[in-house]
Amino acid sequence: MSILVDESTRLLVQGITGSEGSFHTQRCIEYGTKVVAGVTPGKGGSKHLRVPVFNTIEKAMAETGANASLMFVPPAFAADGILEATEAGMPLIVCITEGIPVLDMVKVHRYLKGKPTRLIGPNCPGVMSPGKCKAGIMVGEIHLPGNVGVVSRSGTLTYDVVSQLTGLGVGQSTCVGIGGDALPGSTFVDILKLFQADQDTKAVVIIGEIGGTMEQEAAEFINHKMTKPVVAFIAGSTAPPGKRMGHAGAIITGSAGKASEKMKALSQAGATIAPTPAEVGLTTKEVLENL
Amino acid sequence: MVAVLKTVFAFFGERGFESHPLRFEEQGGKLKIHEYQAKALLGQYGIPVPKGNVVHTPAEAKKMATEIGGKVVVKAQAYAGGRGKAGGIKTVNSPEDAEKAARQMIGTKLVTHQTGPEGVPVSKVLVEEASDAARELYLSILVDAVSHLPVMMASEAGGMEIEEVAQSAPERIFKSHIDPAIGFQPFQGRKLAYGMHLDGGQVGEATRLMTNLYKLFMDKDCSLAEINPLVVTADGKLLALDAKLNFDDNALYRHKDIQELRDKEQEEPLEIQARDWGINNYVKMDGDIGCMVNGAGLAMAVNDLIQYCGGRAANFLDIGTLNNTERVVNSFKMFIADPRIKAVLVNIFGGMARVDVIAKGVVEAYQQMDIPFPIVVRLAGTNLEEGERILAESGIDFIPAKDFYDGARKVVEAAKGVVK
Repeated sequence: MSILVDESTRLLVQGITGSEGSFHTQRCIEYGTKVVAGVTPGKGGSKHLRVPVFNTIEKAMAETGANASLMFVPPAFAADGILEATEAGMPLIVCITEGIPVLDMVKVHRYLKGKPTRLIGPNCPGVMSPGKCKAGIMVGEIHLPGNVGVVSRSGTLTYDVVSQLTGLGVGQSTCVGIGGDALPGSTFVDILKLFQADQDTKAVVIIGEIGGTMEQEAAEFINHKMTKPVVAFIAGSTAPPGKRMGHAGAIITGSAGKASEKMKALSQAGATIAPTPAEVGLTTKEVLENL
Repeated sequence: MVAVLKTVFAFFGERGFESHPLRFEEQGGKLKIHEYQAKALLGQYGIPVPKGNVVHTPAEAKKMATEIGGKVVVKAQAYAGGRGKAGGIKTVNSPEDAEKAARQMIGTKLVTHQTGPEGVPVSKVLVEEASDAARELYLSILVDAVSHLPVMMASEAGGMEIEEVAQSAPERIFKSHIDPAIGFQPFQGRKLAYGMHLDGGQVGEATRLMTNLYKLFMDKDCSLAEINPLVVTADGKLLALDAKLNFDDNALYRHKDIQELRDKEQEEPLEIQARDWGINNYVKMDGDIGCMVNGAGLAMAVNDLIQYCGGRAANFLDIGTLNNTERVVNSFKMFIADPRIKAVLVNIFGGMARVDVIAKGVVEAYQQMDIPFPIVVRLAGTNLEEGERILAESGIDFIPAKDFYDGARKVVEAAKGVVK
C-alpha cells in the first residue's frame, strides 16, 4: 500500500498546456502515472500530449473518472483553480504553484472546510508513491519502492534525503511534499495520520524547517498517537530571526519558530533527530535495523 | 470510549487549537512601509490619526510645527521598532525645538534593539500634533496559521510590545477570529471594546474603527495591521497614535500603490542588489562563505551544514527553478560584490532546475569575470552527466564535491585557505 496516490490514481492536470504543465505532465506519463485529463479554459476539445483537454474540471471528471488533480496554475489564478476542483468534488488536489497570496489561501481554507477534498501544497513538489504513481515535479529516478514514508516542507532537500535513502537501499512507501507556504492545505499531522494507518509504512521521515508550529503539533501527535518510529530533520538552525528564508512560511518571528525548539519538541516526543541533513538516510537505516 | 476521549483530550488539551492562541506570527513575506505612509492609509479608511505630515528638512519641520501650533511630536521615519528609547521620537513645545529635533535625526542612523549595530538611515521625520492620552490601547489584525483565519486582537495594555503582554498578562489580550465569508461583525467589535473597558459612545466608535481596519487589511493584502498605541484622548476620542502596516509580498502584483511605497534606503543594499538582478530569495548573513543553492529548504540545510563543519555562510541564496544561465552569472556577480566572501559553494540538486544549465552558467561566470576565490561545486539530479561534462571540458578551476556534506567540508577548508 501507500498513501494518497497509487496505481488506481487517475490524474487530471490543471494548466496542462502551459510550459511547466507540459514538461512535468510528460515526466509523469513517462513514470507510468495514468494522466487521464487536462484542463485549460479555452482549449477544451483539443488534445495535449495525447491527453484530452477540457474547459472545466466538472466535465473532465464526468468524462474521464479523474480522481486526483495536479495544478500548474499561475499564482494569481491558483486559488480559483483549487475552488473549482473542490466544487467539482475532486478527492485530492496537489498544488505545485508557488506565490499564492495568503488571503487567497484564507478563502480557500474557508471553502474547503467540511468538504471531502484533500489539498496538498501549495508551493510543493507533489506526491510520489514509487513504482506506482508520480503526481508532482520530483525526479522519478531517485525513488525506490519500499516502506519508509517521507513528509517534508521542502522540495530539493527532500530529493537529497530520498536519494540518500535509495542509495542505502531504503525504499519509500510514499513521499509527500506539503509545501513551504504558511497556510498549507495539509499539515504534518494530517500526513502522519495517513502513514500511521498505512500497513506498508514501517517508519516515517519528517523534514521540517523554521517558522510556524507545525513541527510541534507533529510532536504532539507522535507522542500520543504514533507507534511507528519517526526520524526528523529541521532545516534553518543558522537562519537569522525575522528574515524570510525563501519559503513564505520559513521565517522566525517567535521562539517556537526556531529550529532548536522544533527539534527539542520532536526529540521529546520520541523521534530520532538526524544530526545533519546529510545523515538523514543513515539515521533512518539504523532506526529500521533496530526495529 | 472514555480512553479514546482521554487520548483526544491529551492531544488537544495540552496543545490544542485554543490552548496556544497567543501567537503573533505574521503569515506571508512582508513588505514594510513607514509610519507616515501607514497613517495616510488609515486616514483613507476613516481611522482617526493625529494631524501632521512628513518632512525632509529641519526648516520644513519648523514650518510644519508652526502650521500645527502648540506642542508637537517629531518622529524619525525608519523601519525599526523601539524608536522611542533610541531617541527617534521627541515631543517639543515650539517650532524652533521641532527644527532642532529634526536636525538631530535627519541624516543620522538610528540604532534600536531591532536594527543591529549598523542602524537604519533616517532621511525624513513625521511632525504631528501631540495628543494627551488618557489611556493607551492595542489593536491588530493578522492571519492565524492554525485556524487559517484573520484574527483581530485587542488589549488595554497598549504602548508596549504585545509579545511581552502575551508573556506577562495573557488574560489582558482579547481576540476574535473573523470569517472571511461574512467579514468583521459588530458583535466582535463590542466584545473586544468591552474587553478593553471602553464605554458609552466609545464602543460604537471602536467597532467602526475595527471594521475599517479589517477592510483595509483585506483590501490591501496586509500581513499585519497594528495600531499601538491606540489612545483614548483626554476628551474621550480614539486616535491611532502609532501604526504599522506590513504587506504580503505575494499579493503585491495587485497593489501597484503599495509597491510604490517601498523605501529601498531602509533595506539591506546586497538584498536590493540581488532583487535587481532577479534573485528574489537572497538573505545576507554574517559569515564569509558564499552559497548558491536551488530550493529554500536545501539552501537552509547547506548553511546549517557549513556551520556544522566550522564555517559561516555569508548569504542564503535560492536560485529557484528558472532554467537560464543569467541567474547563475548574477549570483556570481553577487559574490564578487560582497567583499567578505572567501570561498563559494555551488550546491544544485536538479529537479525542475537542470544541472546542465547551471553548469553552463558557472562556465559563463568564469568567462565574464575574474573570480578571486575558490569554488566548490556539488551537482546531482536532472541532466547530471551533461552538467559534469560541461564543467570538465571548460577547463575552469573548481573543487568537485560528491555530496553536500563533502561540499560543505571542502568549502569551509577552502575559506580557511587550506585548499586552493
